[in-house]
Amino acid sequence: MAIKVIYEKCTLCGLCVNECPFGAIEIKEGKIVINEKCTLCGLCVKVCVSEALIKEEKEKREEKVKEYKGIWFFAETKDDRIASISFEMLNASKKLKRKLNQEICGVVFGKNIKDKVSSLIKKGAEKIYLIEDEIFCNFNEEVYSEALSYLIKKYKPNIVIAGATMMGRSFIPSVAVKVKTGLTADCTDVDIDENTGLLIQTRPTFGGNLMAKIICEKHRPQMATIRPKIFEAAKDEENIKGEIIEEKINFEIKNRFEICEREKVANVVDLQEAEIIVSGGRGLKEGKNFEIIKELADLLNGAVGASRAAVDSGWIGYPHQVGQTGKTVKPKIYIACGISGAIQHLAGMQTSDYIIAINKDPDAPIFKVANLGVVGDIFEVLPILIKKLKEIKGGG
Amino acid sequence: MKIIVCIKQVPEGLDVKVDPVTKRIIREGVKSIINPYDLYAIEEGIRLKERFGGEVWIISMGPLQAESAIREAIAMGADYGVLLSDKKFAGSDTLATSYILSLGIKKIGNFDIIICGRETLDGSTGQVGPGIAVHLGIPYICYVSKIIDISENKIICKRLMEDYYETIKTDLPVLITVVKEINEPRIPSLKNMLRAKKIEIPIWKAEDLNGNEEFFGQDGSPTKVIDVWTQIIKKEGRQIEGEPEKLADEIINELKKIGVI
Repeated sequence: MAIKVIYEKCTLCGLCVNECPFGAIEIKEGKIVINEKCTLCGLCVKVCVSEALIKEEKEKREEKVKEYKGIWFFAETKDDRIASISFEMLNASKKLKRKLNQEICGVVFGKNIKDKVSSLIKKGAEKIYLIEDEIFCNFNEEVYSEALSYLIKKYKPNIVIAGATMMGRSFIPSVAVKVKTGLTADCTDVDIDENTGLLIQTRPTFGGNLMAKIICEKHRPQMATIRPKIFEAAKDEENIKGEIIEEKINFEIKNRFEICEREKVANVVDLQEAEIIVSGGRGLKEGKNFEIIKELADLLNGAVGASRAAVDSGWIGYPHQVGQTGKTVKPKIYIACGISGAIQHLAGMQTSDYIIAINKDPDAPIFKVANLGVVGDIFEVLPILIKKLKEIKGGG
Repeated sequence: MKIIVCIKQVPEGLDVKVDPVTKRIIREGVKSIINPYDLYAIEEGIRLKERFGGEVWIISMGPLQAESAIREAIAMGADYGVLLSDKKFAGSDTLATSYILSLGIKKIGNFDIIICGRETLDGSTGQVGPGIAVHLGIPYICYVSKIIDISENKIICKRLMEDYYETIKTDLPVLITVVKEINEPRIPSLKNMLRAKKIEIPIWKAEDLNGNEEFFGQDGSPTKVIDVWTQIIKKEGRQIEGEPEKLADEIINELKKIGVI
């Protein structure tokens, strides 16, 4: 739906410009222009004395839906490379394509990234919309969402998916509002309904205790963010046919942001990308004992996690916190050391593929979600475990 | 400085039950609390008032009982509260919710900063904050862990992404979503508790909001929930006890089986 201007009738009286509470109507080059701030409230239609403004009817939506074609995924970049989440999104797109035969297109923003996008084509992307610009060097919500909204409005894709990473979760919501469609956050599965062709989006709520299936029937595109590590990375395809379409932003993007400083968090690998996480809790007793956790994590090429109790005690920084008020993770292996397993912690890790819990208390709730529950003292078990792992590594 | 904090009342705990017929969440008998993330937002609002002067407004959308959440926020030290409540708002998804809240915020008017929690305990989408900002046409920053300064119509704050912090400067008015690291929410003072008890909380209905009702509630929500079910996560786990040496060996065997060593 939209407000349509019938230019032949418009006298440029300016009444609608003054009436609009959203500043959505401007006179540009002798023409009434309705911008993206429009909420379709219809006040302008009422105030117009020349009947030059009409609100397009609702019924048209269903016809419009059919105009939208293609399965799009947003390909995140990280340090001048295509981030691993992007290949997972490509794989999710390939799953959808098997039931909904539409073109798979990736969207890439960045600078000097063009030679890297062929890796997406090799793995099955049929088209890549690429915008290279200085402005994308540093991520910010406004610039990324303006650029993606622009492409969506121009090419009208049927489906747009993106990783539910911090980047995806922070800018995709504003894209959905700008293009006025629905968005489902944090999906753990996406599929196509064979009867209706609609995107079925499955997502957990209440920390994973409640699952919901969601559809977006009458608005396009159908948008979803998908959790990392749900889909495997896409594999190489034999018959590749992909093209890169270089887009330019030929309008001025409002960039009201200035990045003053960026500091890498020491020692945190991205928890949501890690295959193995070793986490420590209250059972560690003091901050310096986190060294044991770090050592074990290093030996396993894993990341260091922590319970809220450990973070609140100041033993380790908040970026490491797993659980309800921290991060939700789903590694292949989660090793919980001295963590009792409060429900808030379980909410952030219980969907891990394999959980090993080490705790002195045989009744600790963490054991309810553990595949292997080890009843023992971490200060006894971990040093032996570390020693043995070193021997294996040294021997191999 | 005029600070607006958006809050939501949510059921306490993550243990939910669903009526198998209506597919609705059973809320009877479940205690309601302020969404835990929103406590950090309220606290930060109060701290900004203490630093820069001004007033803190609390806004919430929900059933009439959500008024108690607003009173709790006022007990912490916020100044005014308003509840958006109408049958027409029921069934709103994040697009409709952010639209309705943006209308309420416009009605409060003349704000400098809007603060939201990172996400809610129940829905956990994190989509409403950014949505409000787009409806209002103002910049927004997610995951703020520290407000460094606010001066001359600019805000400088630090935010946490996956594995880095960054310091960002942008224009006021602004909307930020905050993470736990930003502060430690205070306990309500007796004086404020008394004030919270007495204060009048206006309830704004659909017709008070000067918006397009077509975009309210279920009709204004592109997404539809077609099925819900509770998921019981129970692992076919085993528990082992014994000598540390033996326990360490068991762990290594498992790691080998999975193929990580």
